[in-house]
Amino acid sequence: MSAPEIYPLATVPITSHAFSADRSQVAVSFNSEEAQILTRQGPEWIPIETLAEHDKVITSIDWAPKTNRIVTCSQDRNAYVWTETPNPVTGEIKWKPTLVLLRINRAATYVRWSPFEDKFAVASGARAIAICSFESDNDWWVAKHLKKPIRSTVLSVEWHPNNVLLAAGSADMKARVLSAYIKDVDKRPSGTVWGEKLPFNTLCGEYSSPNGGWVHSVGFSPSGDVLAFASHDSCVTIVYPGPTPSIFTVKMNSLPYVTLTWTAEDTLVAAGHDCHPMLFQADSSGWKAVGSLDDVTGSSKSASGFSSPSTPSFPGRSSTPVGRLNNEAFNRFRNADSRGTSGSAALQAGLGGGASGPDGELLTVHQNTITSVRPYDYAPDGTVAKVTTTGVDGKLVVWAVSATPGSLAGKLGSVHLRH
Amino acid sequence: MSNSLRPYLAAVRSTLTAAMTLENFSSQVVERHNKPEVEARATPEALLNPLVISRNENERVLIEPSINSIRLSIKIKQADEIERILCHKFTRFMMMRAENFIILRRKPVSGYDISFLITNFHSETMLKHKLVDFIIQFMEEVDKEISEMKLSLNARARIVAESYLTTFD
Repeated sequence: MSAPEIYPLATVPITSHAFSADRSQVAVSFNSEEAQILTRQGPEWIPIETLAEHDKVITSIDWAPKTNRIVTCSQDRNAYVWTETPNPVTGEIKWKPTLVLLRINRAATYVRWSPFEDKFAVASGARAIAICSFESDNDWWVAKHLKKPIRSTVLSVEWHPNNVLLAAGSADMKARVLSAYIKDVDKRPSGTVWGEKLPFNTLCGEYSSPNGGWVHSVGFSPSGDVLAFASHDSCVTIVYPGPTPSIFTVKMNSLPYVTLTWTAEDTLVAAGHDCHPMLFQADSSGWKAVGSLDDVTGSSKSASGFSSPSTPSFPGRSSTPVGRLNNEAFNRFRNADSRGTSGSAALQAGLGGGASGPDGELLTVHQNTITSVRPYDYAPDGTVAKVTTTGVDGKLVVWAVSATPGSLAGKLGSVHLRH
Repeated sequence: MSNSLRPYLAAVRSTLTAAMTLENFSSQVVERHNKPEVEARATPEALLNPLVISRNENERVLIEPSINSIRLSIKIKQADEIERILCHKFTRFMMMRAENFIILRRKPVSGYDISFLITNFHSETMLKHKLVDFIIQFMEEVDKEISEMKLSLNARARIVAESYLTTFD
């Protein structure tokens, strides 16, 4: 297993990232109202252009690979489609925004291009999903709303490969599969496992999270016949639709996952508050967590050279022991006694997202919640060979998706021994 | 360190770690607003069940999680009148300077002595496990601080009384 490529882009959170088709450029938003286009120069990413049009924090970015267009959406209720246009005078190529008439009155939370790149879906806090398509008569993007069964903020959307069906996960504890068929854009779709007739806003499936948690992320398998979603009750649920749908739930004893992506028809990668991506795989007995992509033993950590953000300090006496009592073993038992930090690394790693090292940093590559995981590189057989993650700690990491990264229990055991 | 404090702090630590899974969540009620849901209480589905962890009838912690914020309220042990006064003065001193403590709430939740409000913006700028450490350290130190103040108060009272009564020798 090759080591992950780690790029510390910033010390502020990265809310979203999207790569260009050739992976030479990446669009990221650093938790602000501007998006940046970074280009690769050797081992570094250099900002080349700023997309500034929004006036509140950008929540999501997507880059259409074939048509080379970027769509951004923000908490200011707007979305913009950015296209590369040459300046008529100087001939310099710049990204130009086009406003999308979303007609939503709450924050836009998530945006994704459809597979054919003629539509995109914008999830919003207005209990609706705007399906936007281009109207060439008026030269603007118009939206149609999916409203019907949605009862809370939509947290994520994902397109089915047939360009018509849309999965949505929302804060009302449900994942849904809806039809986003638009007459002028789409050809009549052939039937799928999700249904035969698919007029706009048909509800093809509605699945509750197992223990009532917000559905943070949804994903269709590459064939589109299977749906997976990650919910705040630390479960990953995989749905095989049909007359009697079979539903697999993988319950984890870790912190919840907030993002997932399929890498093959029987594998997916999920990541979240645990700060390391986990690989899930199906076998004959069902789905299970295979292991982490992150080598939690901490060997890869030396590559990341940036300091941890500050914590508030308590002005009371810090009671630092002096002299020979100030050694690691003493502190370890003192902490166990006075602060309830248990010596069991497995418990800490299970709850705290990886045990922390002696300098207070986590042993995982990401130091804070991973907010987005996306496919990066494909193997010749069409499966995803590499994924990228970005997180609240401002790092962009490229991971190799290896099928057998070893069992997690063994890794945590070695963490325990390392102390 | 007494025996019941360790499981109490361990329970608070694991609850707090699990609750501190926050994300940016814009208001569903007022457009272009972004408010801590645990304070706004306008969106019932964004709130999780509050949880009380008690060590005994005088010491407990209330943790109220939500999608973008958690509120943690502490009831500090107050065995007698002096401790009650000291605790009131101490928490008041802190809360008057709440902006220096970043996550401190200016007023406690009713029934508790001191409250913290941690939003997703705090967990973005600070390491989550360090925030948990900070709260646990605070809980550990505050009892110590108040009993130390009580001891020095008693000692001072004794010295004052002695020096006052020597004039009647």
